[in-house]
Amino acid sequence: MIPTTYYIVLSALLFIIGALGVLIRRNAIIIFMAIELMLNAANLAFVAFTRMYGIIDGQVFVFFVMTVAAAEVAVGLALIVAIFRTKHNIDIDQLNNLKG
Amino acid sequence: MILSEVATHGLDLFFLVPWVVFFPVIGLLINMIFGGRMSEKAIGTLASTASGLTFVIATLLALSLRTHPEGATVFLAKWIQIGTLNLQWAFRVDTLSVTMMMVVGGVGTLIHIYAIGYMHEDVRNKNDIGRYRRFFVFFNLFIAAMMILVSSDNYLMLFVGWEGVGLCSYLLIGFWYDKDLLGRDSIENAVAGKKAFIANRIGDFGFLIASFLMFWTFKSVEFGKVFEMAGQIASENPGMILAITLFMLLGVTGKSAQIPLFVWLPDAMAGPTPVSALIHAATMVTAGVYLVARSAPLYMQAPMAQTAVTLVGAITALFAATIAVGQYDIKKVLAYSTISQLGFMVAAVGMGAFVAGMFHLVMHAFFKALLFLSAGSVILGIERGHHHLPHAEHDSDHEEEIFDPGDMRNMGGLRKRMPITFWVYLIGAIALSGIPPFAGFFSKDEILAEATCLNKTAYILLVIAAFFTAFYIARQIWMVFFGKARHEATAHAEESPPVITVPLIILAFLAMVGGLLNFPGVHTFTKWLEHTYNVFHVHIHAGEFNPTVAITSTVLALIAVYLAWLLYGRNPLKKEEPDPLRKILGPVFVGMNHKWWVDELYWAIILNPYIALSRFFAETVDWTFWHDWFHEKVIAGSYQWLSHVLLSQIIDLGFIDAIANGLGSITKKSASVLRKIQTGYVRNYALSIFLGVVLIIGYLIIK
Repeated sequence: MIPTTYYIVLSALLFIIGALGVLIRRNAIIIFMAIELMLNAANLAFVAFTRMYGIIDGQVFVFFVMTVAAAEVAVGLALIVAIFRTKHNIDIDQLNNLKG
Repeated sequence: MILSEVATHGLDLFFLVPWVVFFPVIGLLINMIFGGRMSEKAIGTLASTASGLTFVIATLLALSLRTHPEGATVFLAKWIQIGTLNLQWAFRVDTLSVTMMMVVGGVGTLIHIYAIGYMHEDVRNKNDIGRYRRFFVFFNLFIAAMMILVSSDNYLMLFVGWEGVGLCSYLLIGFWYDKDLLGRDSIENAVAGKKAFIANRIGDFGFLIASFLMFWTFKSVEFGKVFEMAGQIASENPGMILAITLFMLLGVTGKSAQIPLFVWLPDAMAGPTPVSALIHAATMVTAGVYLVARSAPLYMQAPMAQTAVTLVGAITALFAATIAVGQYDIKKVLAYSTISQLGFMVAAVGMGAFVAGMFHLVMHAFFKALLFLSAGSVILGIERGHHHLPHAEHDSDHEEEIFDPGDMRNMGGLRKRMPITFWVYLIGAIALSGIPPFAGFFSKDEILAEATCLNKTAYILLVIAAFFTAFYIARQIWMVFFGKARHEATAHAEESPPVITVPLIILAFLAMVGGLLNFPGVHTFTKWLEHTYNVFHVHIHAGEFNPTVAITSTVLALIAVYLAWLLYGRNPLKKEEPDPLRKILGPVFVGMNHKWWVDELYWAIILNPYIALSRFFAETVDWTFWHDWFHEKVIAGSYQWLSHVLLSQIIDLGFIDAIANGLGSITKKSASVLRKIQTGYVRNYALSIFLGVVLIIGYLIIK
């Protein structure tokens, strides 16, 4: 059986890639995909630990996360469409109206 | 059945007594509300009916008292309840109060009827229904107030009536507040009303102090309680009784026009003649006499106060009688005569001759009301004559000679022109001068007879006053009714209509036979009043008939009349001729004519200094010192310094503003630093969140 450590390392790598994507990229869609990546890294960690302990709680939590992610996608994509309509692009750096 | 009950138990109608107040109040309310749409006749008839009903009630009460002489106290309502003070609106029905009610109701009704005619004819009336109605409203109000005064059961309720009649007196003296006797614009009448009101106020002050002292010592102002305790208090604290009675005397001098407060009554003649007759001769001015007679149990405990009252009365009687000799105005003579006669009454009740005083009060109400009303009839008759003169018709706005219809120097020979008025006037004059067998003889003689054994000084003063009384009234009769008319208007004078003459005839009848009320030897009136006085163990003199006194006063009166005939009757006064007394008496007559300069004296010693003092207070103390210096400089100045310099500059700007501004600038500065962090780039925020999470997790792991 593949040891749990591998899964966790993979999960950490996925999370770091997602976090960097959010921080570095300017395209809103890409940032969105990076957020999804972080969510799924967390899901992977849940599933890995569930398997390790042989209990079902983590599995259930993953379903919740997926549901929240789906809702988030719905809202997020709607926001992105709204932004595109007003700004005619989806470059995040253009949205600096709250600058002090 | 009712009749048989009356036969066995006698009448007991005491419960009716509140109606002596209610009837005139109802009358005046109806006149006030509906009077504007009623005719003069209806207004006058209504007011007279209201007044007449009070007389009916008073008569019923008197009949009830015949079988129940102890009287009754009729409770109407609670009034004041503070601590131990428990006052009620309660009516006291006894022989004394019912006597006053009958006088007020009876004479009042006759004068009401007379006023229907008089006010219609007054030259100033000019068919002004509003004024006509107002007159009768005031008249009814007066009857109501006077009834409260005489029927009250305690001193405070009496004071309500006392003030009520004072108010009506003021309102009615100044009834023609904008016109003088001839209908010209003038404020003299209003000034006379004010004078009466202020003089009365000084007296009322005395009455109030007396009431307060009474409440203080007796813990009550109810007649019954006060009189019962009078003897006990007098032995414990005689000074207090003396103080109460003397302060009450001050009230009496105000209301009953005695020295030193009599000066208002002659000026009060500015009111219409029915007012002079009702208020300033027959009823209101006798309130002081009634007060002393009512307070007999108190005065009996204070012999010094009794002496004071007696002397005030006797001196006033003589003083006013001398002034009356020198007057030319028909009503002024009667006014001073009233003061003089009130002096007789006050002296009588002061001596303790309460019955004699009350008897003279009733008789005086008859003959002095008669004299005043007849004088009013004379004035009206001359005004009618004046109206018929040819010049009065067309140049009314042209300044014509000033003609005073009340001046006796313009009269003369009216006996032929106004026979009824002449005869009733003559009867009133004989009654006043004390010639038997008319009313005045009996009452005045009773006072004099009592005075011989009670107070010799008063007796001498009163006998001289009685001599002057006979003289001035005889002088008036001859000047007004005999000789030749001294003015065109008098020559054309006309007799008054029956509405005026009928009340005069009734009063003349009363002035003739009134003496029977207390005929020597029978003493109906003495026995009648004894019921009231016996309750409080006040012994009253039977008033024995004293032939020496009676003959002396009658002879003196006849001598006075003869002297008056010598001076005024034998050679009637000619037009423009000076008074014959002036030649004989010289400066003394001038003094009489100028009222012994009492008004001038009051001006010099009281009014002018008082005005100067009030000027000083107003201009120097109030304005210069208080307003200019204290308010402007001290208060306003220091307040401005306080607000401008201290509070505004130092505390507000220096301290409170500094805190507020400091907080603002701190916020501003810190904001200008912190705003740099706010880049607006999403990833910067995300990075800070990320770092925060790393930090928290790092902390959790390391811990």
